[in-house]
Amino acid sequence: MSNWEGLSHAIKGTLTKGVAVRGGLYRPAPVPMHIPDGFLSTPVALVLWLVAVVGIAYALYRVRREMDERKVPLMGVMAAAIFAGQMLNFSVTGGTSGHLLGAALAVIVLGPWAAVLVLACVVGTQALLFQDGGLLALGANTTNMALIGVIVAYAAYHTVRKLAGVKPWGLPVSGFVAGWLSIVIAALGCALELALSGTSPANVAVPAMGSIHILIGVGEGLITAAALALLYASRSDLLTGQAPATGGRGVWVAGLLIAVVLAVLSPLASTHPDGLEWVAEQKGFLDAARSAPIRVIPDYVFPGIPNEAVATILAGILGVAVVFAAAWLVGASGRRRSSERHL
Amino acid sequence: MTTSTSRRSVVELRSLSFTYPDGQVALRDINLCASQGERVAIVGPNGAGKSTLMLHLNGILRGEGSVRVGGLELTERNLGRVRALVGMVFQNPDDQLFSPTVFDDVAYGPIYAGLSESAVWWRVDAALRQIRMEGYAGRVSHHLSLGEKKRIAIATVLAMSPGLLALDEPSAGLDPRGRRTLIQLLQQLEQTMLISTHDLRLVQELCPRTVILDEGRIVADGPTADLLSDEGLLLAHGLEKA
Amino acid sequence: MHVDSMDSYCARASWLHRLDARIKLILTLAFVLTVSLTPTGSWPTYVFLYSLLLAATVASELSLGLVLRRGLVALLFVMAALPLLVTTAGRAVLPISVGRWSLAVTASGLERFLSIAVKSWLSVQAAVLLTATTRMPDLLVAMRALKLPRLLIATVSLMWRYLFVLADETMRMLRARTSRSAALDGRGGGSLFWRASVTGAMAGTLFLRGYERSERIYNAMLARGYDGSVRAATQRPLTRGERDIVVVGLVVLASVLTLGRFVG
Repeated sequence: MSNWEGLSHAIKGTLTKGVAVRGGLYRPAPVPMHIPDGFLSTPVALVLWLVAVVGIAYALYRVRREMDERKVPLMGVMAAAIFAGQMLNFSVTGGTSGHLLGAALAVIVLGPWAAVLVLACVVGTQALLFQDGGLLALGANTTNMALIGVIVAYAAYHTVRKLAGVKPWGLPVSGFVAGWLSIVIAALGCALELALSGTSPANVAVPAMGSIHILIGVGEGLITAAALALLYASRSDLLTGQAPATGGRGVWVAGLLIAVVLAVLSPLASTHPDGLEWVAEQKGFLDAARSAPIRVIPDYVFPGIPNEAVATILAGILGVAVVFAAAWLVGASGRRRSSERHL
Repeated sequence: MTTSTSRRSVVELRSLSFTYPDGQVALRDINLCASQGERVAIVGPNGAGKSTLMLHLNGILRGEGSVRVGGLELTERNLGRVRALVGMVFQNPDDQLFSPTVFDDVAYGPIYAGLSESAVWWRVDAALRQIRMEGYAGRVSHHLSLGEKKRIAIATVLAMSPGLLALDEPSAGLDPRGRRTLIQLLQQLEQTMLISTHDLRLVQELCPRTVILDEGRIVADGPTADLLSDEGLLLAHGLEKA
Repeated sequence: MHVDSMDSYCARASWLHRLDARIKLILTLAFVLTVSLTPTGSWPTYVFLYSLLLAATVASELSLGLVLRRGLVALLFVMAALPLLVTTAGRAVLPISVGRWSLAVTASGLERFLSIAVKSWLSVQAAVLLTATTRMPDLLVAMRALKLPRLLIATVSLMWRYLFVLADETMRMLRARTSRSAALDGRGGGSLFWRASVTGAMAGTLFLRGYERSERIYNAMLARGYDGSVRAATQRPLTRGERDIVVVGLVVLASVLTLGRFVG
């Protein structure tokens, strides 16, 4: 394979969210939410490490308390199942394919605390072994996917189930919403973290990450719903359908709060990036090494457009369009691969 | 080697070689032809390359040399059509039954091919009838026995009316009754068959022709009765007389 | 065919391979932290840090090409930082006009973007070296030494053990699906919705089998005396020489960082 083919294949691989490097290593990459090292400022990364550590410590405490000894093999194998499950794909269009993150599925089958631990293991291993996400950024990635993703999915699942009552559409719809929301809110968290670090200005990061993941989340939602349907048909005893017990109620509320806060904060931040930068500067979040404060001038992104909100949305759409166009182009041109690698 | 002058050849492998990415040579210069209605057994020790050979029939693996199915040369462009011609039944039915119900699994092929709803229903019905499991459409695959799963797996490929059936270890793990049912089923099917197996008694019952594969090479290809009574040949290639 | 290409460990008999996993883990983490704290645009520091990596690569007897190739993955993620090229305030270097709008790549934007790329790449290379020279079980033991909770480590161990089994299963399922994906006239594929639900069913199947497998594993563990508490063998303490290596490594990294601030 010529160098160009190799490179285009590698690009296509990443954009279609799976990377096969010629060294023989096949890495299943789920959704483009793993932040690599170098993207987050050190203070932001460290704060998020703290959040992740506290979250995992609490999850450990809860799992140990409610432990049933079966949980260790169960969590281990479920982690393996999620890891392997992230290799599953279905073609969306041209060269792109949809994948699964699995936070929603894990929380519905395992309950919130075990799911946090399981996702943390998966994200940690991906960072360590496949360099999917950085080591310093691991705290942030864990917070986004194993904490925010899981807790929001839990809240969404139970909310919709409650609303649906005993109606048959309750299960698949709640699965869909849980899957979709987990991806979207986690992505918003990711975007805000990038903005706070000064890596990507908020009015680009939020619309770009948000819009891409609103679409990707649909795939996650569909897969989650279908998986639930199969589980219900085969072993409905595995699904925790009842309303959360007193302990779970706290998580439920937390999940709803997180979702609402991030959903409101993000568009706010993206239309007032200067405001976010100011806050970040005040709290010392920006990379201390930068010599001049970087001020993002909104109309620098799209000069000539008076309405900030419109400019924001347009910037986001452009970002998404570029990514998808690139993926489609590379996909259309790079179709000579052994059929082993993709469908 | 039986040539196909009078009958149409359904599958033709010419000089097929394959090496895995890690350098392991799996197939060396395979030449194999099967004509319409033939049933050919592929036997050999583990690691001989039997499964690898099967995976070349529908393009999952692509090696050097040529693969022709139903007259079509296997290329990237006509993979879709070749897969309609080749019904691949894998060793572990669990890998093939990935949908909630039996109906969904059998219907996968027709739906993917874009057939109309009524055509899909018709095909599922016909396939289930061929395997004598008409009432199973609504059943959950997960709860079936191994024997039932194996037959449903066959139905999933019959739904596309393939010209060639490729079966990998069809009788592995079956109890005597399940095995008997399977053999009866295979005997009634009209498709050309390539059966990779360790079960030499099944070979004697079902397949008039046998190919012995060892270390990626075809070391013998001829009438079953002759090959399977040659103890020396069998022993030399990791097999025992049935 | 196996999916054990997922195991990044490359067996060699080098000094780096034989080094205790705890040392490697601590130094890798320290390295990544150093890279992160290095200011934007301190090119001499970046070069020096890379030379450390290069030395480690040589010590590991791994081919440079292998390490570089695996590290390339980082560069692809760097695309996300592209907007910085045009949004960072500063002296314009490369004007780009898109329709009626004119953007410009600025010097500081270029510097920032390139710094991110280099830093990202350095961190990834360090992680690549760590995982290529250290077996997973040893790494887990090292994490235990760094006081990671036993329950977490136990979960990761089991995950690692069954990862390849389940990944194999997934590959076979995908293969079976591909085999039945026949397109008669070049069209076909079913609706997007249907494809997604088939994939979802596969995910559900994986989970289901995983669940039942874990029950069997639990029984096997019980049969061998498992009583719910996770225990591990005690580790030998680090030798004097090994501790010295850690100290030297940390001192070198710290000095690089301080010097970098003055020079860069």
